[in-house]
Amino acid sequence: MTHVQRAATLAAVASALVVSLAWADIAAPRRAALSNLLVQDCGSCHGLTMRGGLGPALTPEALAGKPPVMLRDVILHGRPGTPMPPWQPFLTVEEAEWLVQVLINGLVP
Amino acid sequence: MVGAGVDQWVGAVMVRYAALIAAGTVVATAGCTTLRATGDLGLVVERATGSVQVVDTSQRAPLAQITGLGDLSHASVVYSRDQRYGYVFGRDGGLTKVDLLRGRVDKRVVQAGNAIGGAISQDGRVVAVSNYQPGGVKLFDADSLALLAEIPATFGGEGKRSKVVGLVDAPGRRFVCSLYDGDEIWLIDARDPRKPGVTKFSGVGKQPYDGTVTPDGRFYIAGLFGEDGLALVDLWHPDRGARRILRGYGRGEQALPVYKMPHLDSWAMAGGRAFVPAAGRHEVLVIDMQTWKEAARISVAGQPIFVVARPDGRQVWVNYALPNNDVVQVIDTETAQIVKTLKPGKAVLHLEFTPRGEAVWLSVRDENRVEVYDTETFERVAQLTAAKPSGIFFTSRAHRIGL
Repeated sequence: MTHVQRAATLAAVASALVVSLAWADIAAPRRAALSNLLVQDCGSCHGLTMRGGLGPALTPEALAGKPPVMLRDVILHGRPGTPMPPWQPFLTVEEAEWLVQVLINGLVP
Repeated sequence: MVGAGVDQWVGAVMVRYAALIAAGTVVATAGCTTLRATGDLGLVVERATGSVQVVDTSQRAPLAQITGLGDLSHASVVYSRDQRYGYVFGRDGGLTKVDLLRGRVDKRVVQAGNAIGGAISQDGRVVAVSNYQPGGVKLFDADSLALLAEIPATFGGEGKRSKVVGLVDAPGRRFVCSLYDGDEIWLIDARDPRKPGVTKFSGVGKQPYDGTVTPDGRFYIAGLFGEDGLALVDLWHPDRGARRILRGYGRGEQALPVYKMPHLDSWAMAGGRAFVPAAGRHEVLVIDMQTWKEAARISVAGQPIFVVARPDGRQVWVNYALPNNDVVQVIDTETAQIVKTLKPGKAVLHLEFTPRGEAVWLSVRDENRVEVYDTETFERVAQLTAAKPSGIFFTSRAHRIGL
């Protein structure tokens, strides 16, 4: 991703954040904790670079065309029959939506 | 051998080491020309930065940091039999041969898109890597990392390829692995590593997620994610096939969500009993190795990830998945009771005993440190700084089957 693209996606997320007041409620320290969770704990199965492992890749390309609501629900409720667990004990709905935006915009730290 | 010959040989070694020191290596200690051995060294994986630290387990100190190893989530290490080189298996398919004496990368290949682990053959000549993408096993020359053979993990009739897990070495220059998507265990004969033979055991159980071999190299056991139970192959009698043990250990109860896959990396065995993590339960299962039946189950503080026996077998140390990954517990193997609960910090990912077990090293990922505990007093005796440490691997693994 070039700097221009990155800036553009950051701007896109920023404007989306303006729309969703709920996301704006996620304080900076909590975002840092969520980012750590995404890279380190999701990364255990999906790869630190989100290119996949036991679980599928979660790169913007891999997620293209998948509805964000469905992705959010997979995060919150897991996928029965697979090792994907429900993360709902650790995340609010808004936090799961924020993680989906981070993933589909390729902003994984 | 005559004395002069020995002198010449020692002289040559000294010159060689002098050259190493000039190159800025880890062998220089206290500024003098010192010979250095590697039997008390190890590697600590710093997974977020794609680096490893060379550590000295006698001094409890870092010696060098080696960078440029790629995505090291779930990285593991095996050692050359001379204990000088570590082979680091990265998530991104990178296979890196690290020189512990020089503190640098010796050779590196990116051999697949996505890998999970590896093993080194009994004779130390062949390194095997298990890959997720494309699913299969590749064999490499341990010196040069030249590719010797590729074994695609195809299963079923349609040529689908499975992710390969639980790859270990076994006596007879063999490797054993499990097919996560194919529900199979494969026994790979690598006596001719360019033309490996494969014996397949199918229908071993749903979704084998990891495998291990007993320290004597006789029994291969795969943990099953898709059902309660384990699959067992007697490598002395592969003709008898794979059998299911501890079937239905969950007793039909709903398993808990698994926030991190358990590991079966090193077989925790003590007094004829084996200690294994129960997937999706807050339990360690105890197996009687005579009958392969459940002997006991121990309630623990969370879902076990690593269940590792101290080398003398008196204790088993356990770490846990989220949300209990700040806890480590110690089980007395004689009484099957928990004798100590430690809280080293957030996200304890791995633990490794020193060769004879007087100390254990823990990686505490979210605290960015490695902690060393005395295994008799349970006192913390050292701390080392490391960037998001995960796996810890000591060179004593070089001489153990299955590690």
